Amino acid sequence: MSAQPTQNAAPDLVNIEVDGKPIQVPKGSMIIEATDKAGIPIPRFCYHRKLPIAASCRQCLVEVEKMPKPTPACATPVMEGMKVFTRSEKALKAQRNVMEFLLINHPLDCPICDQGGECELQDLAMGYGRSVSRFTERKRVVADEDIGPLVATEMTRCIHCTRCVRFVGEIAGTHELGSMDRGDRHVIGTYIGKSIDSELSGNIIDVCPVGALTDKVFRFKARAWEMVARPSGAYHDALGSNLWLHTRRGEVLRVVPRDNEAVNECWLSDRDRYSHQGLGAADRATKPMVRRDGRWLETDWEDALGTVAARLGAFTGADIGALVQPSTSSEEGALIARLMRALGSVHFDHRLRTLDFAGAAGGVAFELPVAQMERVGAALLVGSDLRHEVPLLNHRLRQAWKRGAKVYAVNPARFDFNYELAGQFIAPPQKLVDELLVLAKAAAELGAAPADRALADALAAVQASDAARAAVKALKDASSALVLLGDAGARHPEASWLRAIARYIATATGSALNVLPDGANGVGLARVGVLPGQGGLDAQAMLAQPRRAYLLYGAEPPHDFADGAAAGLALQQAEFVVAFSAYADEALKRIAHVILPIGLTPEIDATLVNVDGTAQAFAAGARLPGDARPGWKVLRALGGLLKAPGFEFVTLAELRAEIAPALARAPQAIAPPLAARRAGAALARLATVPIYRADAVLRRCAALNAHPLARSVAVRLNAADAAARGLADGDRARLADGSTLPVAIDASVPAGAAWIEAAHAETAALPPYGAAIELTKA
Amino acid sequence: MKATGNFDKVKDVDPQAVLTEQTRRHIEHWLAKFPPDRRRSAVIQGLMAAQEQNGGSLTDELIAAVAKYIGIPPLWAYEVATFYSMFELAPVGRHNVAICTNISCWLNGADGIVRHCEKKLGIKLGESTPDGRIYLKKEEECLAACCGAPMMVVDGHYHEKLTPEQVDRILDELE
Repeated sequence: MSAQPTQNAAPDLVNIEVDGKPIQVPKGSMIIEATDKAGIPIPRFCYHRKLPIAASCRQCLVEVEKMPKPTPACATPVMEGMKVFTRSEKALKAQRNVMEFLLINHPLDCPICDQGGECELQDLAMGYGRSVSRFTERKRVVADEDIGPLVATEMTRCIHCTRCVRFVGEIAGTHELGSMDRGDRHVIGTYIGKSIDSELSGNIIDVCPVGALTDKVFRFKARAWEMVARPSGAYHDALGSNLWLHTRRGEVLRVVPRDNEAVNECWLSDRDRYSHQGLGAADRATKPMVRRDGRWLETDWEDALGTVAARLGAFTGADIGALVQPSTSSEEGALIARLMRALGSVHFDHRLRTLDFAGAAGGVAFELPVAQMERVGAALLVGSDLRHEVPLLNHRLRQAWKRGAKVYAVNPARFDFNYELAGQFIAPPQKLVDELLVLAKAAAELGAAPADRALADALAAVQASDAARAAVKALKDASSALVLLGDAGARHPEASWLRAIARYIATATGSALNVLPDGANGVGLARVGVLPGQGGLDAQAMLAQPRRAYLLYGAEPPHDFADGAAAGLALQQAEFVVAFSAYADEALKRIAHVILPIGLTPEIDATLVNVDGTAQAFAAGARLPGDARPGWKVLRALGGLLKAPGFEFVTLAELRAEIAPALARAPQAIAPPLAARRAGAALARLATVPIYRADAVLRRCAALNAHPLARSVAVRLNAADAAARGLADGDRARLADGSTLPVAIDASVPAGAAWIEAAHAETAALPPYGAAIELTKA
Repeated sequence: MKATGNFDKVKDVDPQAVLTEQTRRHIEHWLAKFPPDRRRSAVIQGLMAAQEQNGGSLTDELIAAVAKYIGIPPLWAYEVATFYSMFELAPVGRHNVAICTNISCWLNGADGIVRHCEKKLGIKLGESTPDGRIYLKKEEECLAACCGAPMMVVDGHYHEKLTPEQVDRILDELE
């Protein structure tokens, strides 16, 4: 070739020329990547930067010098000296002709199509198509499928770009959509007629360039141009996905992802996408309410706050406890801590689902940042149903697995993963620590013995297995390795042991240790000090040693508590309970004496600290319902009434400036004493929080709870355990408290475990995670 | 294509029970021909064997069983089964009669052969005789026997240089 390499080009760059403009791009990239980076538009449908290349739509045809025919920009790698023409006559003609073919079978139903106004086909047809159609024959019609409560289909509009097929296969990993039949009968579908069961299914709506796949919850609600997009963040897990709230007159109509490569890339989990349905629930608290003589009265803020200040002020500090929902914003958290100290109490905590507090310093940020998790060579999950706990973190690990990473898991059940585990160590909750000790023993064989006496003693009593040695070796040999303690581990009754052993394995193998924090803002709340003060009681102790008064912040009893029965009892018996809550349902009205309606994260200015320790400040995007107020304003008013120090600020900016140093400071990890080991039960409860029932908002989302991932209530048993108790699939089992639950025989449950999901009305008050369960045939 | 709605029926399919010993052996034979990480490559042969086992057509259960046996997402097998015209997704007659209608055969009178068969059997292309004896394949493209045009394939056997009399004889001999 005649083109001379430019002298100053970096070795991994090549020089190309696009429309006469010279640019340098990385070797091996495709033309479309180069032009996208340079801001030169090329029309496309099937190309998506996060998906494998299909080159099936042919819309991105461009002219390349010395190539006889137009070539697809998405599938043509750049070469030194290449001259690309995106707007030459040849290129434009090719693009226009492709567009004509794409439109042949596309219906002209834009006026009734939800995608109208934000449709890639509409836009590109305007820019690159003919103004008149020469096609006069009959257009084809495709039968629709019902693929679940979240995504609406209108397959006649499909242009077969296969982005959804590639997303469901490559990213979601469930392979639920495919190209069926061929030629003019080619359709995208499931063939067999099933719903899309992925926890990331909503993303196929975003990748679909036309109106074939649309948001079922949002369907026919509004036009794109009627809505205002406001940047906000997700608050159902600690990843803190960035998103846009699409609002009309303050009402959130739909949620779409906001690109952030360090957090959620361009994806969003269904949980974060559809949770806005819960914002408008029928039992939203819209007015301050006070219970007087057993009757609930709506009142104004002055009266309600006056009542709270007077009642709280009458107790001595030690009699008051504060229970804070772990997704509360950092601003609110800081004010709660100030208020409690001003009242003279050190009893406040946000770790409501934690059972073993020894060593639970509260939200510590990840050692290995989220973005690097997809580059690990090996990972060990300790007590984690990661797919349901934080869907997009699991996606990062799946990407690592696709690159060849070995993923191992030590779990209380065979949780469902969308990748193959290299090894699984399954033990019921009461034996989970012993199972993890086997891996620790294998790690100990590599070198340093643990510093902790109790752990060293425990290790002396176990034998390493070959499987454990293989797992530890994989961690040790990997260039980057990760040990991740998930919710099923951190909420375990012996979590301090799991944490200490995980820490030891991580140190011995040179891996990073990532511990999932509680809720969406566990890290932030720990940093602003929503943890028991000196001599203070933790969330469980506050219930075991009941206080006379409680401040309930955002938490919904009994669902948000590890021990729902204990929470219900302690709160029921308290003399005064003030609930700062977005919802006022009957259960809360039975417990509380005053309900103060506060805004949820999308409705208020809130700073949440995600798993990476990044403080993300989100502005209020949605309108507050009725008289509800942002929590920080309510707390400020209450603090003012109580003349508490630290409430002198006027604007939120002042408060944010005050807490900024604390939010930026990572707390020192402490090496705490291990709690005493607990005696094992014959049958212990495995309690996981269902993906779509993790908080009060999610529990009010009809569409999410109609999804197949939201399983119906059951006690899931191993076949042997069930047989030993005379139980069969579909029977009803009676528990110690007299309630009954349907039995499901589940091969993923190990012997000795009874898997009863938490946060259902029927299960919230049952004995907590790890507690002994007695079952008889009802 | 309308979804078949058989998901609940096939989701827990047991390939060992659904596929015969012979079908499984056939799949193993083909799996051995490909690298271990390319098990997907055996799916066409797997479906062929399953179709043969079932008398010339596939059921959703069989397709899912083949996928499960090979260890690929069932969807990949559905895609293959719907793509190729050699897979029948609805029950058909015992004998598969496929008349080539591609260019060479067409120039040599394939149309007449088709018309003759349709008249003789009282069915159209793509239909089976009511007694379940013969299935006239909907469409057959070039089978690489242009030198013997017009031709047809009956149960995998080539019959070339056809005349209506020959066709009568061949069809009458089918049980």
